[in-house]
Amino acid sequence: MAEKRKRGTRVLPGFGLSMGVTLTYMGLVILIPLATILLRSATLSWSELWEALSAPRTLAAYRLSLTVALIAALINAVFGLLVAWVLERYTFPGRRLVDGLIDLPFALPTAVAGIVLTTFYAPNGWAGRLLEPLGIKVAYTPLGIAIALIFVGMPFVVRTVQPILRGLEPQIEGAAASLGAGPFETFVRVIFPEVLPALLTGTTLAFARGLGEYGSVIFIAGNMPLKTEITPLLIMIQLEQYNYAGAAAIALGFLVVSFSLLLAVNALSAWSARPRARA
Amino acid sequence: MIGAAGTTEGRGHSSGPVHGLLIGAALLFLGVFLVAPLLVVFVEAFRKGIGVYLQAVSDPIALAAVQLTLTVAFLVVPINLIFGLAAAWLIARFEFRGRGVLLSLLDLPFSVSPVISGMIFVLLFGAHGYLGHWVTRHDLKIIFALPGIVLATLFVTSPLVARELIPLLESQGTDEEEAALTLGARGWQTFLWVSLPKIRWGLLYGVILCNARAMGEFGAVSVVSGHIRGLTNTIPLHVEILYNEYQIAAAFAVASLLTMLAIGTLVAKSLVEWKAGRRLV
Repeated sequence: MAEKRKRGTRVLPGFGLSMGVTLTYMGLVILIPLATILLRSATLSWSELWEALSAPRTLAAYRLSLTVALIAALINAVFGLLVAWVLERYTFPGRRLVDGLIDLPFALPTAVAGIVLTTFYAPNGWAGRLLEPLGIKVAYTPLGIAIALIFVGMPFVVRTVQPILRGLEPQIEGAAASLGAGPFETFVRVIFPEVLPALLTGTTLAFARGLGEYGSVIFIAGNMPLKTEITPLLIMIQLEQYNYAGAAAIALGFLVVSFSLLLAVNALSAWSARPRARA
Repeated sequence: MIGAAGTTEGRGHSSGPVHGLLIGAALLFLGVFLVAPLLVVFVEAFRKGIGVYLQAVSDPIALAAVQLTLTVAFLVVPINLIFGLAAAWLIARFEFRGRGVLLSLLDLPFSVSPVISGMIFVLLFGAHGYLGHWVTRHDLKIIFALPGIVLATLFVTSPLVARELIPLLESQGTDEEEAALTLGARGWQTFLWVSLPKIRWGLLYGVILCNARAMGEFGAVSVVSGHIRGLTNTIPLHVEILYNEYQIAAAFAVASLLTMLAIGTLVAKSLVEWKAGRRLV
């Protein structure tokens, strides 16, 4: 073992102890419990598994979760970049307060976010009352789900993009300007390519979070099977009916998508870290 | 908050209609999506007067929920603090085969839906779970009881402390540890007196985050709790029940407790950043 510990010049203590604690804990609390999804899905035959995954209700839930999470992530990409840009580049009164508030969706329990957004966008709510005459229904529709997912996903984009914008050297923009580039051209051709990897990572993180989100969505969603029933809720309903194998199968199909995303995020962050030497 | 001089240089060339427009658009977006919802909590909580508010938060069932939530956090936070320290030390300080895999596995709970996080413990310990027989034979209660809630919360909050510490440890280097060891300090002395003080602010923030998430977790706890009033309802579950029973003012009154916890967490983050003289992400 000793020759493998190159980092820390092998004199640092605690390799065995920290390895033991980490592997034991992750095995007992994370990996063995997660393995039950595979085990339980494996109790189904292929045809039963296919039946669980291709049921109209399952497919509708998958489709809804994927589309709404994607739309919310894309909206967050646009506005998250805007917010990060404004926070990093401009001074205005209350900037630090606003910067601190960005983390609110991380800190606020999802159930609270759920009842707040529902009350806010319900037909008699503060925003719902204004939107109702325009024919826009938010609460109890897929639009409401999207709004909840924009709320929970927003900090991922802002917080991933901010450090990159902060690290950009002002001289590069100055150089672009002195070579005759307008502000718009400088942004598109100089700044945006630098920010793009982080923006992709942040957007993927927001998308992954949106896929699994439960608490902030179920209050505003309306939860109509085939229409506004998200995948996590469908899993919850299967569990309440003691259909453990069905729940595990639906979860497995869903996790395959989520984990492909996680791999993509890791590849992306490796790519975005490559041109800049420091972490 | 931001130490480097370069960042303030980059800023400040803000004037003109485009900048105003961008700032306005960003603030409007944040106002509608962040600030207005925050106001909703307190307006709705006090809509029926302070009497209803106080009654809702001092109701015996609400107090039982508060007590359960505090118990869960009291058990979960120290365990994940120790795990987070061990995992961060291992990943940031040593090079070994499988380090990258371990780092990805550490993040797994973040990419799993909270409902699935709860479900896996039902599959293990539930009445029809893999260890269900063993659990009933030994007369234990795990699912629909405190141990299940603690396990689901442990799972959900497990990456938080380690995630806060890894970048911090990686940015610090090991010269001081090596000096201490060369001067004859033992391993645990070096860790306790040299390494720990260097990461104390990041550690503190990791603990604060872990605590906030442990107290506020909804989806995972919802699956394993069984919603037994006064027994297995945490504060977020109590909010859900009140809301679904159309006791809106009471639901928001109890929710305001969690909102204050969230605001406290944000304030603590700013303080820790200020103390540590650097940004936490």
